[in-house]
Amino acid sequence: MPLDPVVLFFLLGLGAGLARSDLKLPAALYESLSVFLLIAIGLKGGVALAKLASPVIVLQVAAVVALGVALTIVAFALLRFKLARADAASIAAHYGSVSVVTFAVGTSFLARQGISYEPQLTLFLAVMEMPALIVGVMLARVGGGHQVAWGRLAHEVLLGKSVVLLAGGLLIGWISGESGIKSLSPLYFDLFKPVLSLFLLEMGLITASRLGELRRSGLFIAAFALLVPLLFSLLGLGVASLLGLSAGGAFLLAVLAASSSYIAAPAAMRIAVPEANPALSLAASLGLTFPFNLLAGIPLYWAVTCYFWGA
Amino acid sequence: MDYHPKKLLTIVCEAVLEAPLTRDIQRLGAQGYTVIDARGGGHYGVKRAAWSFDRNIRVEVICDAEVADAIASHVAARYAPDYGLVLYVGDVGVMRPGLF
Repeated sequence: MPLDPVVLFFLLGLGAGLARSDLKLPAALYESLSVFLLIAIGLKGGVALAKLASPVIVLQVAAVVALGVALTIVAFALLRFKLARADAASIAAHYGSVSVVTFAVGTSFLARQGISYEPQLTLFLAVMEMPALIVGVMLARVGGGHQVAWGRLAHEVLLGKSVVLLAGGLLIGWISGESGIKSLSPLYFDLFKPVLSLFLLEMGLITASRLGELRRSGLFIAAFALLVPLLFSLLGLGVASLLGLSAGGAFLLAVLAASSSYIAAPAAMRIAVPEANPALSLAASLGLTFPFNLLAGIPLYWAVTCYFWGA
Repeated sequence: MDYHPKKLLTIVCEAVLEAPLTRDIQRLGAQGYTVIDARGGGHYGVKRAAWSFDRNIRVEVICDAEVADAIASHVAARYAPDYGLVLYVGDVGVMRPGLF
């Protein structure tokens, strides 16, 4: 199967950025598109959840939060071989948290093959963003003299834009149900992929602007950014099998585990762990892991899922 | 027209600092401030203002010399070690001095 056209848009942005084209989307458009994507993903999950809500989901959410915490701690332990505590903790928080866009490309990958997945995966996306950020700050501060404004951090993490929009979309979709949401579906559902393609065009440009920093950040970071997603996707599949997810759901949990945050985590870490070097975490998360997941990771995780699930 | 002497304190910094910095500025006695989205380049690399994390802001405060000093000392101690920022102070003449 040829590459998903939305991924080709990412490559277009990446190529244009590397060739120093003057192509640039206005910052306001980038912000607007991200608001759209978060609401659309939330609504879609909410509508599906309304159809089959069950108490088992509460247990599953707890397991997924535990996965996010575990990923952060594993990443931190690996990074401490080479890096100072603050840098290791900040990068670990990025990798324990998730990327909404990688998830969106994963759902698009499944949709192209007509494979369904459990609606609670959207809920997992919403709850996996936060725990890693809090654990990351705790890891940075263990035994340290720095004061942490926990109230402010909690406010920032719990009421951050992505959490509010994802959770809000889930709630609105859940309350409205399939028939109620029908009037919104031309914008949020029918236009999802075209909007995702524009967003990925911009992500390509942004990734290109971060690649230069990779040369300075060194081999260890590069190896971490390419190998850790593979390890984490397997951990995600392990949890998925414990939770009894379908192949589609297991694949998306693997994608979530393998993905790293580059929107919520950088902002939270910059404020809470200012002595960590943001160039390192962004070069790894945005410069390498994000394009790797998009181009190679997603098809690979699907192949591994098929092997274990027999799909 | 009579102008009254005041200080114009300007801070160019990473956009993530907007909330904590403006909170501190008011706490240290400034009556108001202006925040402008900014782009530029320097020691900390180029800020293309293309996405949320890649933005700079320029914060302007018009105030008395003592308040400007208090803000500058606070910024130097609290933010300058870890963040890319530029701070400068100049003399300005203002209309309606009661506002500052």
